[in-house]
Amino acid sequence: MKLDAKIPSGPVQQKWDKHRFEMKLINPANKRKYRVIVVGSGLAGGSAAASLAELGYNVECVTYHDSPRRAHSIAAQGGINAAKNYQNDGDSVWRLFYDTVKGGDFRAREANVYRLAQVSAAIIDQCVAQGVPFAREYGGLLDNRSFGGAQVSRTFYARGQTGQQLLLGCYAALSRQIASGKVKMRNREEVLDIVVEGGRARGIVTRNLVTGKITTSAADAVVLATGGYANVFYLSTNAKACNATAVVRAWRRGAGFANPCFTQIPPTCIPVTDEHASKTTLMSESLRNDGRVWVPLKTGEKRAPGQIPESERDYYLERRYPSFGNLAPRDISSRAAKVVCDEGRGVGPTGRGVYLDFADAIKRLGKNAISAKYGNLFDMYRNISGEDPYEVPMRIYPAPHYTMGGLWVDYNLMTTVPGLYAIGEANFSDHGANRLGASALMQGLADGYFVLPYTIGDFLASAGPSKLTADAPCFAAVQKETEDRTKRLLSIGGKQSPDSFHIRLGKVMWERCGMARNRAGLEQALVEIPKIRDEFWKDLRVVGSGTELNQTLEKAGRVADFLEFAELMCLDALEREESCGGHFREEYQTSEGEAVRNDETFAHSAIWEWQEGGKRPIRHKEELEFENVHLATRSYK
Amino acid sequence: MNLTLKVWRQQGPSTPGRFETYEAKGVSEHISFLEMLDGVNERLLGEGKEPIAFEHDCREGICGTCSMVINGEPHGPVKGTTACQLHMRMFSDGNVITIEPWRARAFPIIKDLVVDRSAFDRIIQKGGFISANAGSAPDGNAVPIPKPDADAAFEAAACIGCGACVAACPNGSAMLFVGAKVSHLGHLPQGQPERDLRALGMVQQADAELFGNCTNHYECGEHCPKEIDVKVIAEMNRDFVRAAIRAEEPKQVAGSG
Repeated sequence: MKLDAKIPSGPVQQKWDKHRFEMKLINPANKRKYRVIVVGSGLAGGSAAASLAELGYNVECVTYHDSPRRAHSIAAQGGINAAKNYQNDGDSVWRLFYDTVKGGDFRAREANVYRLAQVSAAIIDQCVAQGVPFAREYGGLLDNRSFGGAQVSRTFYARGQTGQQLLLGCYAALSRQIASGKVKMRNREEVLDIVVEGGRARGIVTRNLVTGKITTSAADAVVLATGGYANVFYLSTNAKACNATAVVRAWRRGAGFANPCFTQIPPTCIPVTDEHASKTTLMSESLRNDGRVWVPLKTGEKRAPGQIPESERDYYLERRYPSFGNLAPRDISSRAAKVVCDEGRGVGPTGRGVYLDFADAIKRLGKNAISAKYGNLFDMYRNISGEDPYEVPMRIYPAPHYTMGGLWVDYNLMTTVPGLYAIGEANFSDHGANRLGASALMQGLADGYFVLPYTIGDFLASAGPSKLTADAPCFAAVQKETEDRTKRLLSIGGKQSPDSFHIRLGKVMWERCGMARNRAGLEQALVEIPKIRDEFWKDLRVVGSGTELNQTLEKAGRVADFLEFAELMCLDALEREESCGGHFREEYQTSEGEAVRNDETFAHSAIWEWQEGGKRPIRHKEELEFENVHLATRSYK
Repeated sequence: MNLTLKVWRQQGPSTPGRFETYEAKGVSEHISFLEMLDGVNERLLGEGKEPIAFEHDCREGICGTCSMVINGEPHGPVKGTTACQLHMRMFSDGNVITIEPWRARAFPIIKDLVVDRSAFDRIIQKGGFISANAGSAPDGNAVPIPKPDADAAFEAAACIGCGACVAACPNGSAMLFVGAKVSHLGHLPQGQPERDLRALGMVQQADAELFGNCTNHYECGEHCPKEIDVKVIAEMNRDFVRAAIRAEEPKQVAGSG
């Protein structure tokens, strides 16, 4: 596998300008000769499809939802970062770049991160022009708030629904292009494979979820904007349909997969209290600005929180990280919660929870002030837990939320398969080993509005039209494979449901490849996962047919791919013998339990190449060079 | 708790549907309504029967995918709540719960509780946007927007496009949905250039999709999970009438200077 990141030469500040000048252009009349397929209609996919159509390309956009307004980008609450420096508090492109590289624990590519910071300001302008109702000051100008991992206020927001409003802006732009005929929108279709022939992506294979019909489509380039893989854990904050099928299929067709073990598990989720829970819900980390995190000092404490005196409480974040206290970064706070629960001091019916207590803040600021700041989050908590957080402390526990790993892409966002692109959470490029809050929305829209529309033109101008149509033999072959696979899922005739396998897989991943990992556990997972997978293919039950809406069949296909992908994640976690960002290996920590990174050996991205016949994938490296942000240990003590 | 469910089952758009009765036993009060249905579906699958098809995704009340009428009310008995955020503690042992799909001429049933809401997308395509190509925008602070306007735009923009307003309306009208978008963009300076075209285009498309007219029942606002105010319908009517009158006025021809 050849890994050429194609990072332009020169100082980091000039790389993108220089590259934009050097890239080939396609004249407007010729753009309409090219067809681009965009898979996914979240912030990255929707913005890319709309922008490419605005430029004149013929675009097909595929989503398994009933409408391009539903993707899980919509659930993001907190906000979107941009280096506008509207607050005059010392922000700059350089500072956003620096914070992102450092926050990512020095495992991201500098050139990509710098470009992300550069285009961030234009995203806000674009969204305002589309009518996104961002929060404003009384003078009519845009408001900002601060977020974890930064000392400036650069986060733009629309109450607690920023993701929704950005996605609706993007959906509006896309709708305009659908109306103009430049985008053919394909709702309720799921991509089940990628067609690669002669060293170039040629198109896709999809299943119409209503009719069950499996069809092929040819294109000059294919863009995957299919999101992350946190649902490999079964319980995550992702939407129920989020899956890894498209990226796993792309991986099997030759696209390198980078850093699959980098997953983010933030601390402020509502704990699961029932074995029938189907997902977890994240509350904004802004709650930690005023809430104090604690557990009882004693193990097996049975008293209600209000009955436990101050002297018998352990405010463990304040104790361990006196300078950052309750605002310690996500990865660190989450691990600390796990430690106290492992000690038997967790709270709630399952013992997997810690208190987030607002009593002091309410005493200090009054109930009204707290309600004005966090009212919607308190309502949400009450709705789900049935408890009133104004009266009793919230209970929180970490849950998987975001995945920094993804398909490897070069500076142009192209995977190792020419003509196949990955954007948004589906790629690996900008967040390293840990993502800062309010940066996911920024990256999705940066890729879709301002990066891909330039870089894809350079490829198309050099490579020319694909010339293969969907009746070429290579399409028929992949279509047959897909049909056979679907038939196989339907015909196993076993006893266990797709969900039951998914739940079992999730437990293994959570125990062995979750917040803390170690060699023995990962090796154990690599034994357990293939066992579950074998059982899946022998004892799966799917009823109904393949020629109609069949949600059990959809789930089965997604679980099958998670079962394959989970093994890769564990393999990556096993090989990365250091602790960095969201990846914490218990063997590599200080005596006080802090992460120990190994820059000598692991200052690289690990890229995995799939092998035929169930052979172990090959691990490649992209060495990371830090010319602008100097390698340093993160400390929050 | 133990519950009896009467669920609408329908194999496809052109086959007749019927209510089927299922028992849901030992349901925990801590789970959500959809998790209760997950449990019923797991049992049906175990018995070799087809699970109930229903739509859902984020399960956080924001994506607008879930869509079911529970005991005669879209999204169920709790005000301002989507079906996915409805919890079983709202029910009690022995309850009989009826579950139906959205029922409206413009939302044909695909299967069981799943309906086709693509008419909403087609309405948005007729003007529910601001024409601003990527890259063409001025600085985000170039045009100050008074906070009350920005807030009013936000209130209307909170619509999740679920279709409960249509399901709740005796006329199957989409006016709350259309009004929400017209109001959202109409409160912003960026939305002014296309304001007339938007009102005309979206209302005409809603008619073409066979949504009914508004006759002021206000059931839509009552059942909207995001509690969109019915005043957006009045705003839309105002925009529509003004646009219709302006459209009949002779066009000004620009001078050659």
